[in-house]
Amino acid sequence: MSTETPGPDITSRPTGRAARERMYRYVLLLCAAASILVTVSIVVLLARDAITFFTLVNPVDFFTGTEFLISRNVYGLLPLLSGTLLVTVISAVIALPTGVAAAVYLSEYASDQMRSVLKPGLEILAGIPTVVYGIFALVYVTPFLQTIGLPVNTFNILSASIMVGIMIIPMVSSLSEDAMSSVPDSLRQAGYGMGATKFEVTTGVVVPAAASGIFSSFILALSRAIGETMIVVVAAGSRPRMLNFSDPLANLFQGYQPMTAAMVQINSADSVSQLGFTSLFAIGLTLFVITFLLNLLSNRIAARYREEYE
Amino acid sequence: MTENEMTSNDSTEPTPTTETAASSPDPSGDPLIEQSIDVEGTGDTAGETGEPVIESRDLNVFYGETQALQGIDLAIPEKQVTAMIGPSGCGKSTFLRCINRMNDLIDAARVEGDLYFEGKNVYDADVDPVALRRRIGMVFQHPNPFPKSIYDNVAYGLRIQDQTEDIDEKVETALKRAALWDEVKDQLDKSALDLSGGQQQRLCIARAIAVDPDVILMDEPASALDPIATSKIEDLIEELAEEFTVVIVTHNMQQAARISDKTAVFLTGGELVEFDDTDKIFENPESQRVEDYITGKFG
Repeated sequence: MSTETPGPDITSRPTGRAARERMYRYVLLLCAAASILVTVSIVVLLARDAITFFTLVNPVDFFTGTEFLISRNVYGLLPLLSGTLLVTVISAVIALPTGVAAAVYLSEYASDQMRSVLKPGLEILAGIPTVVYGIFALVYVTPFLQTIGLPVNTFNILSASIMVGIMIIPMVSSLSEDAMSSVPDSLRQAGYGMGATKFEVTTGVVVPAAASGIFSSFILALSRAIGETMIVVVAAGSRPRMLNFSDPLANLFQGYQPMTAAMVQINSADSVSQLGFTSLFAIGLTLFVITFLLNLLSNRIAARYREEYE
Repeated sequence: MTENEMTSNDSTEPTPTTETAASSPDPSGDPLIEQSIDVEGTGDTAGETGEPVIESRDLNVFYGETQALQGIDLAIPEKQVTAMIGPSGCGKSTFLRCINRMNDLIDAARVEGDLYFEGKNVYDADVDPVALRRRIGMVFQHPNPFPKSIYDNVAYGLRIQDQTEDIDEKVETALKRAALWDEVKDQLDKSALDLSGGQQQRLCIARAIAVDPDVILMDEPASALDPIATSKIEDLIEELAEEFTVVIVTHNMQQAARISDKTAVFLTGGELVEFDDTDKIFENPESQRVEDYITGKFG
């Protein structure tokens, strides 16, 4: 029987099809691997130069030092960390509640028409170059703060942090809104069916169900604030300073130099010792470790919540 | 407006009955039909002659240009199970969602006509849908527990309605009435999402009855469940009718025949073709179209 009708033509022939397929595979792999390779080399080089630094400066002195003065070869991280911490905390206080509230509005309250206006608006906010935010902080926000009676210096951490906060609002709101929009409608129906108001459904059902996504957006936004450079370079001044715990409010009105800004300054300085230059990598490595740990934490918590909430 | 009725509801709560029935569930359907007919026969509630708890008059619903319900006149008696059956798209769910104004949540939906709940037109301008829904609970087609603990699910309605006095007790009572207590009493803190589909649906019923509503609406509550879970839900519905007015949408005619006292048959186009005692509908319907639908010769 089978000899009468020829079988279908499915035998492999040397048309090069298999070879082409293999080639596609390797080209794609190369692209995927490239980003990893670059990341790994950056980390390795960063670590190598940082180790050079730490062979000359005791790491304990570096991480506990309260003064940072390259001209005198004093490398204490804490003043720079103070600046970074202030920027992060102040911008978080501004951006996290505002971002979540905006996300709640967009996801639960806004009409389609309103959403079609607001969402692109927020995306434009995310597209503004950060140097523009920095100049805006220096030229408008600081004088405004002075007008309303706050004793801020020309360069101060408050103006810079406000602008960093505004810069990261779109990140919080857009990721949080994604999380809330993906909460199944059946849960909202259940809430309404129980006689809950819109606000009760939003706060009691939607936001808790979207908690992992909202939390991830927080962590990403914080990482962004920690790594933000241009705004603080332009508006926060260039003086490393320790936090003053005896008068916490006064801290806000002074200039600080966060870690990122210090790195820029070291890099662009005309004459800097070899040791001073390598301190840049020690600071950079520290920044990297902080944001890396934050992202790790974000993944951990998101995974834990997801088990519970999906 | 109905404070008295609510109190009388409370005082006639036959919780012991529910408990004994729950501890010895009868898996077969037939004896339960007799039981429910008995309940009807004792006439301890309004029954057929009593005032209907829900009554629609010339109710029309439109989704945009499409008319989903056409001039529905329907009176649902208190403390009985009223089933709505009919093919897909016949408007039975739409009618259900008119009762607690869940259709308000759909922008394109428009309701014309009157729908009375305990004598008050729920489409009057002064009616607050939130307050209405606190008196009329709802159970949905797919189990939709909140991503919270079992306890918090049942407590949700009590909390938003500020009925937090003796909340532990109320949660326990609701879970017992929903025949779920024995299965979950040691794991009230566990996520509701870890329960099986059938347990989740009973949890949703517990959540709905915890706040002691007057009416429970059920939108195909067993259609997403396996046969064993379905039979548990059916047993439960019949018990619930001792305390609550139950309106259930189902596409399962056998289910309607097993558990309901009254049956409304909707046919394509949003038309209520016949509404009568369930026995009458299934044994001797007036309408030829209903008979064709019931016997599967749907045309």
